[in-house]
Amino acid sequence: MIARKRAAHRVTGMAQGGMTENNDPLVRFESVQKSYDGETLVVKDLNLDVARGEFLTMLGPSGSGKTTCLMMLAGFEPATHGEIYLDNSPINNVPPHKRGIGMVFQNYALFPHMSVAENLAFPLEVRKTPKSEIEQRVTKALDMVQLGSFGNRRPAQLSGGQQQRVAVARALVFDPVLVLMDEPLGALDKQLREQMQYEIKHIHENLGVTVVYVTHDQSEALTMSNRVAVFNDGVIQQLAPPDELYERPQNAFVAQFIGENNTLVGDIKEADGDNVTVDVNGSIIKALNVNTGGVGSKTTLSIRPERVAVNPSNEGDYQNVFKATVEELIYLGDHIRTRASVCGDDEFVVKIANASALAAIKEGTEVTFGWKAEDCRALDA
Amino acid sequence: MSEQLTTVDGRPLKAALASAERTKRIRAVLLVMPLFIFIFFSFLYPIALMLYRSVENPLIAQHMPETVAVLENWDGKDIPGEEAFAALAKDLVAARETREIGKVATRLNFETPGLRSVITGSARSAGKWEPPYKEKFLDRRKEWGELATWATIKRLSPTITSVNYLAAVDRQFNVDGEVVMVGEDYRIYVDLFMRTMWMSVVVTVSCLILGFPIAYMLASLPLRHSNLLMILVLLPFWTSLLVRTTSWIVLLQTQGVLNDLMVWVGIIDNAQRIQLIFNAQGTVIAMTQILLPFMVLPLYSVMKTIPPSYLRAAESLGAHRFLAFWRIYVPNTLPGVGAGCLLVFILAIGYYITPALVGGQDGQMISNMIAFHMQKSLNWGLAAALGGILLVGVIMLYWLYNKLVGIDRLKLG
Ligand SMILES: Nc1ncnc2c1ncn2[C@@H]1O[C@H](COP(=O)(O)OP(=O)(O)OP(=O)(O)O)[C@@H](O)[C@H]1O
Ligand SMILES: [Mg+2]
Repeated sequence: MIARKRAAHRVTGMAQGGMTENNDPLVRFESVQKSYDGETLVVKDLNLDVARGEFLTMLGPSGSGKTTCLMMLAGFEPATHGEIYLDNSPINNVPPHKRGIGMVFQNYALFPHMSVAENLAFPLEVRKTPKSEIEQRVTKALDMVQLGSFGNRRPAQLSGGQQQRVAVARALVFDPVLVLMDEPLGALDKQLREQMQYEIKHIHENLGVTVVYVTHDQSEALTMSNRVAVFNDGVIQQLAPPDELYERPQNAFVAQFIGENNTLVGDIKEADGDNVTVDVNGSIIKALNVNTGGVGSKTTLSIRPERVAVNPSNEGDYQNVFKATVEELIYLGDHIRTRASVCGDDEFVVKIANASALAAIKEGTEVTFGWKAEDCRALDA
Repeated sequence: MSEQLTTVDGRPLKAALASAERTKRIRAVLLVMPLFIFIFFSFLYPIALMLYRSVENPLIAQHMPETVAVLENWDGKDIPGEEAFAALAKDLVAARETREIGKVATRLNFETPGLRSVITGSARSAGKWEPPYKEKFLDRRKEWGELATWATIKRLSPTITSVNYLAAVDRQFNVDGEVVMVGEDYRIYVDLFMRTMWMSVVVTVSCLILGFPIAYMLASLPLRHSNLLMILVLLPFWTSLLVRTTSWIVLLQTQGVLNDLMVWVGIIDNAQRIQLIFNAQGTVIAMTQILLPFMVLPLYSVMKTIPPSYLRAAESLGAHRFLAFWRIYVPNTLPGVGAGCLLVFILAIGYYITPALVGGQDGQMISNMIAFHMQKSLNWGLAAALGGILLVGVIMLYWLYNKLVGIDRLKLG
């Protein structure tokens, strides 16, 4: 199971490579395992390539091992098994200060006893950069994050967003090839977070630096990344560009974790190439065979709410058409979130646009739902 | 703008607020009052009393009123005339009758050693004398013919005096009323202050060197282990000071455990056992152990607030672990270092019991001298002056700390 998934990652990883002339991945995790207590594996057999210049996000629920992976890459936690390569050389025995990896911490970790400029100068000073050059680069880095006039302030005299920018500037000022960010925007409010997402993305594009980013906010992951690695339980569930992750989830966890999703559980009755026929509480549903165990096995069907047509005029276009009862209507402004029971499942959600004629339906009404077989993905149980 | 704000029923807003706040304020005052009264009577009042005692000098003015009055116009150049001797005779006789003559003699003797017998002797005889007195006094004791004797009496006449403070820094007035050093053999206090300072500095530095790693360990270990270590640090608090000091004697004396061990191992010869206690060394060792928690606790409380991500950030920025520790971690511990050093130094500078028990000759500190003047020589004025100087020193340290670190950053736990 894991082996098969690993192969899949490799393929996607390589398909994405080639952003620069050098096609070797910048970072490579090879069968990395990590355990803190010798009893449970926090990271289970991780294989991951990060291409040069890529913005790769690790996304996953709390405790899924994202920070642990980042810490192993930065050198603060040893890998229990396996090898990590940076620029084709193994770095398991390289101490953190020699890895040359920039890092942005969740609490910023700005040094409170130094001014902003001193904070930025620190990585250059320890590298014995000449004084004049330090000054020049610090100024440049401050300008990059639009804090040109804040050099003399102490971190405590800055707002959260400004501190965040200083932390980003500090991680970049010594020109690292790789920057790690562990939930850098977690402490900011929503509006500031969105602005900072944009700014970080912008910096990434301008500098061409490789970024490995950790978050558990899926919209952040989708808007910022070239590729997203969805973590759960120490395993990468799927590694793909954002659109693919949303459109073509490979398993039930990813389908459920990314975006809104309807799941129906049933048994596979027939399989015919890419298509399967599934019995869900007596209803026969035609679906796309993505990741199943074949005829006779259980499967989870995944259907995005926006792919379901309500009272379609041309029922012939849809392989699956079922009667449904409206259970609950939630007004959300631009659309009405409609919960209905269909095929024995009363958690089925569809979205009805506010402007449509359907907006007038009432709770308890009987309606017809139609969806195509290709939009209904049969995944692992 | 000029319109006054009022509440709904028309009362001025300010007045309404004041009356609403008044009960709150009264309650706050009442809550603080007991503590304030306690501190006043147990701390501020005694200190004020002590400071007053260090400068007050009622004895001579009270028991030799006539002499003091006559000496007021004395120029100090020649031996005073018959008038002064007559007054002296009257005062001495009166003082002898009220049995206060001993105190007067002692007071004058503190100032000019040898005067006690001059006073008591003359007082005994003066009762039988008829005027004129001058000849008879001069016959009885030749000291009455010396300017120094009269100068001493005149100097002690005012009810407020600085002689105690001068004595506390090995100074005195000479015959001409100038401040000079006391004789070589009597100079003890300045050296003692210096030694007290020096020993306190050594104790403070030792505590810092020993306490810093312990505090760091405490702050970085997981809670489970750090709790155990904390108990070990606090263990000394649960044992009597006397017991701990005594156990140091057992460990360090010439026939003690440490010397036995070193002889047994062969580091030193049986004949060359090292004197580790009953001297300055022993005092420093014992005091360091006793005061160590006062260093560890403030350090720990500051280190606890330094996130481990600072060090990681520094390392990720390219600093070697040691450099990161020195440039990033240590500067952030400074408020704790300052608080710990201040606390230990202040406690050390006034330490009494340990030097008294294990100090021997050269391990005595200023507080032992204060105790001596309180209990043995009964020169409370001098004891108070010594204490006063100590107090000023401590206040200056606080002031310095406030200047350098800021008193609001003082963290004691
Ligand atoms: N220093 C440690 N010692 C022991 N266990 C740890 C340590 N750090 C993390 N863990 C455990 O490892 C698992 C993964 O932790 P990790 O911090 O990598 O999760 P995460 O994906 O970053 O979660 P979050 O989104 O909450 O930050 C968790 O179960 C956690 O309890
Ligand atoms: Mg984390």
